[in-house]
Amino acid sequence: MNGVLTILRRELRGYFSTPLAYVFIVIFLVLSGWFTFNFGNFYNGGQASLAAFFNYHPWLYLFLVPALSMRLWAEERKTGTIELLLTLPLEIWESVTGKFLASWLFTGMALFFTFPIWITVNYLGNPDNGVIFAAYLGSFLMAGGFLAIGSFISATTNNQVIAFILTVVICFIFLLAGFQPILSPLVGWVPQAIIDSIASLSFLTHFSSISKGVIDLRDLVYFALLISTFLYANVLTLNIKKGS
Amino acid sequence: MTIMIDCQELSKQYGSLVAVNKLTFQVQPGEVLGFLGPNGAGKTTTMRIIAGFLPPTSGKATVCGFNIETEATQAKKMIGYLPEGAPSYPEMTARSFLEFIADSRNLKGSERLHRLDEVYELLHLKHVLDQKIDTLSKGYTRRVGLAQAILHDPKVLILDEPTDGLDPNQKYEVRKLINKMSENKIIIISTHLLEEVDAVCNRAIIISDGQILADDTPKNLEAKSKFHNAVSIKLSEPSQLNAVREAINSLPEIISTEVDEHSNQLIAFPDSGKIPLQAITELGATKGWEFSELHLESGRLDEVFRTITGGAAA
Repeated sequence: MNGVLTILRRELRGYFSTPLAYVFIVIFLVLSGWFTFNFGNFYNGGQASLAAFFNYHPWLYLFLVPALSMRLWAEERKTGTIELLLTLPLEIWESVTGKFLASWLFTGMALFFTFPIWITVNYLGNPDNGVIFAAYLGSFLMAGGFLAIGSFISATTNNQVIAFILTVVICFIFLLAGFQPILSPLVGWVPQAIIDSIASLSFLTHFSSISKGVIDLRDLVYFALLISTFLYANVLTLNIKKGS
Repeated sequence: MTIMIDCQELSKQYGSLVAVNKLTFQVQPGEVLGFLGPNGAGKTTTMRIIAGFLPPTSGKATVCGFNIETEATQAKKMIGYLPEGAPSYPEMTARSFLEFIADSRNLKGSERLHRLDEVYELLHLKHVLDQKIDTLSKGYTRRVGLAQAILHDPKVLILDEPTDGLDPNQKYEVRKLINKMSENKIIIISTHLLEEVDAVCNRAIIISDGQILADDTPKNLEAKSKFHNAVSIKLSEPSQLNAVREAINSLPEIISTEVDEHSNQLIAFPDSGKIPLQAITELGATKGWEFSELHLESGRLDEVFRTITGGAAA
């Protein structure tokens, strides 16, 4: 456990000792505000809610999170520091978990800095703060899902651009798994049970149910399973790639 | 005495390429082992296996009794490792990088402070501690890498080309440091600088194509050189060269002579086991030759290296 914290601290420090952290947070805040006010009908909607704000989070994450996760392992490989990291007396799972948690905490921080919009909506009307809290939680969990996928993909390559593109594509598939563009090519030749289970993997379905204020255990379990599966795959990948 | 590093038939294959081929050797405390070999011989791969970065394809290795595959974490605790090129996190300062290593080595409290202070001192890092590593010169980056490797005062030190890219003064400093630490440790270094073997190692293994070709002390390796006990001569009067050469050639101690066109130096190679210096000086005195240079060669490691690794014809 000590190892997880050591890695986590180093990673977080790493974020803030380069412009990466500041650029990421500023872009995230600017874009989330811009989407909310320009496309989300925040004012004209006439409702005191943050639905207009949260609706765009999946699409923001689709491009911003892979930009964050692409370097997690690919950079260590490229610069050779992976050799240093893997010869320290730390278990691989500790490094994987530490790196993942640091990136997750960091996105949590970016999410936290959106609080002015919460103040604004409370100033303008009387929103249901329970729903808003649930939506923040859902958004945070979804970011974790994206990051776990991204971390796994980053471990498979030493090329950050490849890691970025693959992560965007796979996250896109996960986002829309429950919808026509992904499902229609499968209809007719794949058994319905499989189609249903693919549909149930959709980020969007799980996120939108949480963001409506319904914190269903199944949605929480979904994200927990998703994250742990990809982190486990991450550990396996590092172990397998070690030998080659 | 316990064996600290024990490699048994260690092999590593990448597809059809055999990088390391059934290496078997042991290293005891107090030994400073130099790995020599041409580029691509398998030096780095062997070190990576012992350090626990690469799993061997077959064979096994133990460090202080811990199997590097099944008891990896315990084995890694015993080892300080400087990977090839001394990688470190460029965005960190030297201080925060070394503190990170201290944390991952689980150093705590006063021991942590003491060890950090000691490596800052040993590697003269004090005035660059708060600089980011990517702003440091190559020499300092390498020293930060060395500091990282010795931070927990490990029983086993594995250094992959520790002086690569350092200037002569820095090389001297690092070699002094290695000598200082060698007393109760195992140190394995890889290098292609043969003078380094002379300067720090008390044992040398020459590997090529993943196999051990020679395993001996640097002195004994030098003795294998045809230059061992050879006498090199330079005359004040170069025109005498041919006459001198003929006279020396006829000495019973001498098997052959060679003239270096470039420096006009005459080298007389001894018949095996003989030391011809005395005979040559006596001959010189009776004939009245004037030598501007005369010395006994101890043997040339580079020549042994080339002969053993098959580059002699080149």
